[in-house]
Amino acid sequence: MTEQERIQKQRNERTREEGEDVALVAKKGEQLKAELDDLLDEIDGVLEENAEEFVRNYVQKGGQ
Amino acid sequence: MAIAKILGIETEYGIAGGPDLDPTTASSIIVNAYAQHGRTRISWDFNDESPGTDARGILGVGSLAPMIETHLANTVLTNGARLYVDHAHPEYSSPECRTPVEATRYDQAGEEVMRRALRVANESLPPELAIALYKNNSDGKGNSYGTHENYLVARDVDFADVVRAMVPHFVSRQVVVGAGKVSFETDHAASAGPPFQLSARAEFFEEVVGLETTLKRPIINTRDEPHSDADRFRRLHVICGDANMSPIATLVKLGSTALLLASLEDEGAAAFPSAPTQPVHALRSYSCDPSLRTTVGDDEGRTRTAWDYQDELWHVADRYVRRRGGEAVAPEHEVAYILTQWREMLDGVRDEPHAVADRVDWVAKRRIVEGFQSRYNLSDGDAKLRAIDLQYHDIRRDKSLALRVGFRELSTEDEIRDAVHQAPGSTRAYFRGECVTRFPDNIVSANWDSIVFDIGHGPLQRIPMMDPTRGTRELVGALFDDNLTAVALVTALNG
Repeated sequence: MTEQERIQKQRNERTREEGEDVALVAKKGEQLKAELDDLLDEIDGVLEENAEEFVRNYVQKGGQ
Repeated sequence: MAIAKILGIETEYGIAGGPDLDPTTASSIIVNAYAQHGRTRISWDFNDESPGTDARGILGVGSLAPMIETHLANTVLTNGARLYVDHAHPEYSSPECRTPVEATRYDQAGEEVMRRALRVANESLPPELAIALYKNNSDGKGNSYGTHENYLVARDVDFADVVRAMVPHFVSRQVVVGAGKVSFETDHAASAGPPFQLSARAEFFEEVVGLETTLKRPIINTRDEPHSDADRFRRLHVICGDANMSPIATLVKLGSTALLLASLEDEGAAAFPSAPTQPVHALRSYSCDPSLRTTVGDDEGRTRTAWDYQDELWHVADRYVRRRGGEAVAPEHEVAYILTQWREMLDGVRDEPHAVADRVDWVAKRRIVEGFQSRYNLSDGDAKLRAIDLQYHDIRRDKSLALRVGFRELSTEDEIRDAVHQAPGSTRAYFRGECVTRFPDNIVSANWDSIVFDIGHGPLQRIPMMDPTRGTRELVGALFDDNLTAVALVTALNG
């Protein structure tokens, strides 16, 4: 294998790895998004209904 | 060799509801509900409290020593903790613990104590007056309350060195242990106008060093009230931390700070990075930038991000442990776990935040906040986002958002339940907890460093506990086995 061929082979391998990485990252991204969607659904179910009033009524005296 | 880093956390809980919407009344109801629940009815003894004493040796002119409110509900629990009303908040001060894992467990036991008190209190209140409790640090309107850590430090460490060594940590540790906050609530942060901050507490700090805790809050608090032998010990009272919901974040907050204090004690302040020229500015501006790119300068002309500081400080702690071991803080495996978690969280917040959303509070909170913002197309600081911020810290299981984000656990539920009732065996809290459990009818009052007995005849007997490392199960367990009454115990101790 000439030096030129060796470099080309390395390049090809790297491109293939990067391609796999991109696919992996995309899959992982989808999975993370699905997990977040589930979490947001769950939180939607327990979050105080009137956010404006809930936040406005929470007033504390300062402490330490 | 550094002294044992005995430590603990005091948490003021935010409170809503109750009769007349008066937080002081509601706080008293919570504390009394737990006391009446049969857990304790022994009152706290203020004999040794001197919150005006200053570690710098001088009382600052115009300094306001914190008020002591003896008339409000105030009890000592069988686990050695103190449960009381501080200002207008119910507060749980954990018992003295020997290691960061133990202190985290007793902090979680505090959440469980509050949950049980809440249940009892709300059973006696009409539904429209039901009380809610939040383990957080502000109301979103500029009123803040504290989550304070305490660490035992050798008296012979120069206080100026404590300031020099620890300021870099206290301004930068929010990168890994900040609780996160939607929006801002002080003029200091208004100029940056951040939609999200790393720290809930940072914007309330105005001084580098000082005695106050409620006004002009300092990064390093100088209250010199060791609750122990003042010739040998100092209690470093850290007031700038956030209330963490993630157990691993609490662990790393305590563990990193304790390791750095041990390193300071054994090897001096020279190994530490130099502090920012303007520490208060550093604390606040780091908090306002979750992208972690903000830099601040030191006196030598070097600039660092908060991440840079944490990286250097992690290496200070790691080198210290390699050279000296970390026995002052915890057993070897626990120290290794603390260092690993600290490192992973630090690298994670920079390189792969979603990988540490199961440990870093601000990352977990921000993930939900930004998720909602994009799902419903909400503007920065929308009431719904601020509601998420508040409800994240709700301690009720059916309401809490933090309990839903999938945090890694540190202790099992059984261990936390045991810690609600049983004091740690590893410090003087064991002696306090056992006395309160076994002889409630003979104890007039108790506090951190003494217990006062009424043994039915003669004068009241004060038993001092001036060394937090003594009074352990190992040292006094047999004493309780041999002396089954308060009279016998006091006689044995006096003999």
